[in-house]
Amino acid sequence: MPLLNIEQLNKSFHLHQFGGKQIVGCSGINLTLDHGEFIGITGKSGAGKSTILKCIYRTYIPTSGSMYYESDSYGTIDLARAGEREMIEIRQKEIGYVSQFLKLLPRVTAQDAVIQELVATGCPKERAEGEARSMLRHFGLAESLWDTYPNTFSGGEKLRLNLAAAMVKRPKFLLLDEPTASLDNGSKEAVRDMILDLKRQGTSMMGIFHDLEFMEKVVDQEFSMQSGSITGGRTA
Amino acid sequence: MDEMLSVRQLMKTYGKGCPACLDLTGPDHGRNMCPVCGTIVACADVSLDVYPGEVLGIVGESGSGKSTLVKTLYFDEEPTAGEFYLRSYEDGVPNLYDLSSRKKRWVRNHQMGMVYQNPHLGLRLDHSAGGNIAEKLLMAGNYHVGSIRERAVQLLEKTDIPITRMDDLPRYFSGGMQQRVQISKAMANNPPLLLLDEVTTGLDVSVQANVLDLIREIQRELGVSMIVVSHDFSVIRMLTNRTIVMKNGRIVEQGLTDQIMEDPQHAYTQLLINSLL
Ligand SMILES: Nc1ncnc2c1ncn2[C@@H]1O[C@H](COP(=O)(O)OP(=O)(O)OP(=O)(O)O)[C@@H](O)[C@H]1O
Ligand SMILES: Nc1ncnc2c1ncn2[C@@H]1O[C@H](COP(=O)(O)OP(=O)(O)O)[C@@H](O)[C@H]1O
Ligand SMILES: [Mg+2]
Ligand SMILES: [Mg+2]
Ligand SMILES: [Zn+2]
Repeated sequence: MPLLNIEQLNKSFHLHQFGGKQIVGCSGINLTLDHGEFIGITGKSGAGKSTILKCIYRTYIPTSGSMYYESDSYGTIDLARAGEREMIEIRQKEIGYVSQFLKLLPRVTAQDAVIQELVATGCPKERAEGEARSMLRHFGLAESLWDTYPNTFSGGEKLRLNLAAAMVKRPKFLLLDEPTASLDNGSKEAVRDMILDLKRQGTSMMGIFHDLEFMEKVVDQEFSMQSGSITGGRTA
Repeated sequence: MDEMLSVRQLMKTYGKGCPACLDLTGPDHGRNMCPVCGTIVACADVSLDVYPGEVLGIVGESGSGKSTLVKTLYFDEEPTAGEFYLRSYEDGVPNLYDLSSRKKRWVRNHQMGMVYQNPHLGLRLDHSAGGNIAEKLLMAGNYHVGSIRERAVQLLEKTDIPITRMDDLPRYFSGGMQQRVQISKAMANNPPLLLLDEVTTGLDVSVQANVLDLIREIQRELGVSMIVVSHDFSVIRMLTNRTIVMKNGRIVEQGLTDQIMEDPQHAYTQLLINSLL
């Protein structure tokens, strides 16, 4: 069984305010992700890349199709139809998501943000603290920032914090939406190293990258998208 | 029972009612008043679950029935119809609305805490802050003066009210302090369920932040289940995983909070999200 099998996924948005206008997010998507694999997706802005990841994470409700996922807690489960409670549990314990846009809670220090992610999975506080620190160090976030609120961080600092918070859990499956968009080369390398490291430990990933070249050596399959559909693919 | 709380088909109407009330009110008609008999259908067809340690959000425009719903859960209002089960009361077997008023009072005093939209409803403004907390402790059968005082000090410390203000009247407290005294009072008996109705409305932004942080801390440290009513999506996003959207007394949509915000399904929810500043 693959980790994730997406069949005929469609997502369209129905905008009531604009005379019931339909916008196609993605259509006819078929993908298979094996355990431990890394799929990279490329495509122009608006092509539907984020829509696929958000459907998997269920920030978007798929319009039709199925997404069979091998869950530790629930066995094979169609994420398109999973209940809210199941999704919450799966998000907490299995699937991590690094968003293109930065979502951080207000008034939680950088360090606490990472610690809380781990504590939510049931990890004891002391261990969580140690792992949070080493993760922040790995992504090169200056120690002077650890005890401050991230709302004043630069784009790149926020992104590195988001990455640390998502990766510290060493999730079984990680969704990455342009995780290197605003990073300098050194930070990009830190991301790539962490991806390789997680991969070695068995994490499967799906990622959207602008410069897939940079990830070339990391991806196992690569797809390109255009106007909501997958138009090309390649297996490394 | 897996749920901490389960509500089925809850309805609260004000007025004598007629056979057309339910058919002629609700979001499809854009009103909660029956055009035939003038009855207000404040909420109807409300079914929801809250899981242990979970925070459920309720959003909706003014008059959509949010406060009526939580007041009915707190037994402040008698429902017109409906069922309400609490796991912490006899394993969730009896419908709490069928209990005697003495037993309802017991459930309310021991197992629930409520923070009202309006502090006047939740506090006796002319009794000291400590006295307000003591009242809730006394209602749960705690009569030992020493331990009452000790618990009150503990709660006020926790909610950041200077102990020196313990004997002062909440009437002269700031809005943020009044809400924090309400929270202390609501938490007095360590209830497994907390109902919070617009706790931050009308407060300065910095005071709002402080009250929200307190709620988050209570949730994290004590694992209390909560229902949080707010028309402020930033409050809902910060505190909840799941959200219910109400309009004209009915639930129009429910889902994961990020889904409600990023992929709202119902026309009304889309309007709410699009009107966010
Ligand atoms: N005691 C009452 N008698 C008659 N009508 C009432 C009574 N209490 C509430 N209502 C009506 O029931 C409806 C729901 O009121 P409710 O206070 O629950 O709204 P709400 O969603 O909490 O609004 P807000 O966001 O303004 O607090 C309103 O139309 C209100 O006028
Ligand atoms: N929440 C939404 N509501 C309405 N339309 C959306 C929403 N999210 C995405 N879309 C539309 O779906 C299409 C694909 O968007 P997206 O997946 O974000 O593209 P990409 O990530 O490839 O840049 C675009 O036309 C976009 O405007
Ligand atoms: Mg995108
Ligand atoms: Mg109200
Ligand atoms: Zn009527």
